[in-house]
Amino acid sequence: MTPKGVTLNTNSHKIKFARRFIRTLLRMRKNAPSSSSIEEIRKRSQRIKIAAYSSMAHAVGSRRAWSRAILFKLRNRARHHGMMRRRSMKKRVIKNDPPGDQSQTNKLRQLVPGGKAMDMCSLLEETAHYMRCLSTQVKVMQTIADHFSK
Amino acid sequence: MSSPRSRNFTNEEIKDLFLKLQSLLPQPNQRRNQTLSASMVLNETCTYIKRLQKEADELSERLSQLLDSVDTTGVDVELIRTLLQQ
Repeated sequence: MTPKGVTLNTNSHKIKFARRFIRTLLRMRKNAPSSSSIEEIRKRSQRIKIAAYSSMAHAVGSRRAWSRAILFKLRNRARHHGMMRRRSMKKRVIKNDPPGDQSQTNKLRQLVPGGKAMDMCSLLEETAHYMRCLSTQVKVMQTIADHFSK
Repeated sequence: MSSPRSRNFTNEEIKDLFLKLQSLLPQPNQRRNQTLSASMVLNETCTYIKRLQKEADELSERLSQLLDSVDTTGVDVELIRTLLQQ
């Protein structure tokens, strides 16, 4: 019996994200000492933030450039943790930015994962998808926080 | 001669992409029928994304503070059920 109004398509990212994220949260809780200090709570909030972005990127998978960029960054992070990172070879990309919009387009490139290497049209498409997923991510985090507050 | 990585999209396609982006922005009711300029769409998109990222930050802090006091038995099942019903 499916709940009313659920479309599997829009829910699949949301539920995949939620499952993975909640699993990570519970694991953090299990590994935590019985009473966390303020410093530990602060450090953990940073790990929770990374877990949220990571879980969403995994839910979307390699289908989109922005999620690939996050997954790539996470894997490099794990691989080179504590070591000097090699300079990545930057490919020449023809960006086709509209004239006069330089600074705004650049601002957007900085906000969207992987945005710096995209041409204008890919950037707009990726931004639309990223925005929707980010909004879903925030709503789910809000729901979880509200549930935890009860 | 190799072709460039990105083809030149038509103006029509770019216009459609901007319209689609505008439709995803949180917008006040008055503006729903207007077409915003590309510049405004980019501007508001950046503002919206920054706002969402800030909310994610704040929620991460809140979750970290709440995590210790959660009764974890069955909480994952409850949460998924709640999320499916939204």
